[in-house]
Amino acid sequence: MANISLVMFLVFIAITLGITYWASKRSAGANAYFAASRQITAWQNGIAVAGDYMSAASFLGIAGIIAFQGYDGFLFSVGWLVAYLTVLLVIAEPLRNAGKYTMADVLAYRLRPKPVRVMASLSTLTVSTFYMIAQMVGAGALVKLLLGGFVTYNQAVIGVGVLMIVYVVFGGMLATTWVQIIKAILLMAGTILLSILVLAHFHFSLADFFGAIGHVTYHDAKGQLVVKDFLQPGLRYKPPYGPLDLISLGLALIFGTAGLPHILVRFYTVPDAKTARHSVVWAMVLIGSFYIMTTFLGFGAATVVGPDYIKTHGGTNMSAPLLAQALAGNVFFAFISAIAFATILAVVAGLTISATTSFSHDFWTNVVHNGVERKPGEEVMVARISAFAVGAVAIAIAILLGPTANVAFLVALAFAVAASANLPVIVLSIFWRRFNTAGAVAGLGVGLLASIGLILVSPSLMAIDPPTVSGAARHLIQARAWFPLENPGILSIPLGFLGAIIGTVLSHEPTSQHKFNELLVRSNTGLGAEKAGVQ
Amino acid sequence: MADRTRATDPVRPEEMSQTTWDRIAESKPFKDLMAAKKIFIIPAFVFFVAYYFALPVLVGYAPQFMSTRVWGVLNLAYLFALSQFFMAWIIAGLYVKAANTFDQLARDILEKAGNGTGGK
Repeated sequence: MANISLVMFLVFIAITLGITYWASKRSAGANAYFAASRQITAWQNGIAVAGDYMSAASFLGIAGIIAFQGYDGFLFSVGWLVAYLTVLLVIAEPLRNAGKYTMADVLAYRLRPKPVRVMASLSTLTVSTFYMIAQMVGAGALVKLLLGGFVTYNQAVIGVGVLMIVYVVFGGMLATTWVQIIKAILLMAGTILLSILVLAHFHFSLADFFGAIGHVTYHDAKGQLVVKDFLQPGLRYKPPYGPLDLISLGLALIFGTAGLPHILVRFYTVPDAKTARHSVVWAMVLIGSFYIMTTFLGFGAATVVGPDYIKTHGGTNMSAPLLAQALAGNVFFAFISAIAFATILAVVAGLTISATTSFSHDFWTNVVHNGVERKPGEEVMVARISAFAVGAVAIAIAILLGPTANVAFLVALAFAVAASANLPVIVLSIFWRRFNTAGAVAGLGVGLLASIGLILVSPSLMAIDPPTVSGAARHLIQARAWFPLENPGILSIPLGFLGAIIGTVLSHEPTSQHKFNELLVRSNTGLGAEKAGVQ
Repeated sequence: MADRTRATDPVRPEEMSQTTWDRIAESKPFKDLMAAKKIFIIPAFVFFVAYYFALPVLVGYAPQFMSTRVWGVLNLAYLFALSQFFMAWIIAGLYVKAANTFDQLARDILEKAGNGTGGK
């Protein structure tokens, strides 16, 4: 069984390395390296956005949450799609029209570039590294479960890290794009197949399927045998704070997705704003279809496999692979497992390239060296070196944390920072004439600190564990949580906006108002937008 | 992929002065474009945010009501969640349609801007 998994995964690695080799010959020059020469088409970019976005958290995580907590898990699925309306209506086109490689490009038009780029780069690196560490720990734990005996946790983490470095260093954005496209196609194929098998199990009767969801039998935390209607809300988000946490999560998803650096950079890879728009729609078709099918994955695992069996065979994250095994045997189990690896690899590659682009373009070239390359190709070279650094740091932290570390909060943190720091300043710089540098720096700073601070004192990191919980699974701070919600968005997003507004009002910067018209015209008409082609 | 707008774009933005940007921003066609965008985007945004947050609010604070079964075991909570997907797709479709008008308005502005600056 592990053998088949390994073979399938090796095939995926071989194909992606081939693509990287092909892409490496087409990645000379900054435009080619950072933005795939801006020649990615609408459908290609749409699929790549989906591949960039649907992480192991959504494939394995969501199936697991629905399998154990029913309907409440499905609410994640809804938020993850609806969030793309913010991307479509507010962010994608202005960003493509006015920017070059990063979100800071848009801010730098009318604000003082240096302080704004330093803060934007800091926020980008924070989001990307936290998200990456969560993915790598997940990858390591997953490989250990699937290929236990063949591969250890540390080897798995190093393997994933090295592969993502290779994709990004040699193949740049072009290789990353195609890795994401292949992954998205595999993920969709696997999910469709799994959904059909679930339906077949219920003799293609939706009534039978939903009927089974109405009474899922399992042992609860106290060891009692219970029968629950899994379509009823409230299995995860319970009073007193559950409903508020649910709203806070929704805020982080709806406003955070449009501030995720690895998603934003994808819109620079297409020729113009219209293509960017169409690519969001392509992405929404794929992402929406996928998340609707989590109904079959999650509830299928709950009804066909059952929470009791999953709990003793690897835990929540194994729900989807175990469902595959129950329905179609070991080969399909291996196939679904290989897709899970591919999923992780495509996402971490996207995160790496967005982090390195921001470091080299925002920080190195534009802050340290005043916007000029000292010699041709310096920006790309710095990006390649920083990809090594980012990869090495992520590998080291993932190994230090170990497989049992609680990392789910890192994903919540990434979305919170994106929603509380990045989104407010992007939106205000596009729409508010009065907005200025002090406001942007304050908004980014407050949003970043509020998100991190509130998560530090949330139940994710602060709780009193019974003595039976040991090691990395113990909460960092053994005390009652000061902030009762796992998702800080409901407080940190208003704080981010407030910081940006107060910073602006307290300072005076005539040039930023003066130059607002330029950004307004550029972002709305595409006048002077970066053109496609190798330069 | 050639872009028709760019191919005929006679404007060289790097040569444009602040007054040119201001002149375009203050011009009637540009104001019309902004007005056309606002008429679609603001209501669409408000609607989808309200529709979306109705879900966690209702599920969180009125779980009993949302557990009302509509068809078999299918309850309001699941059907409302499912409807969000179609809501998102429909708004995206409507936006793409509306944006064709925005593209046309923007093309007109770019052509006029070219004549105004005397470029080529």
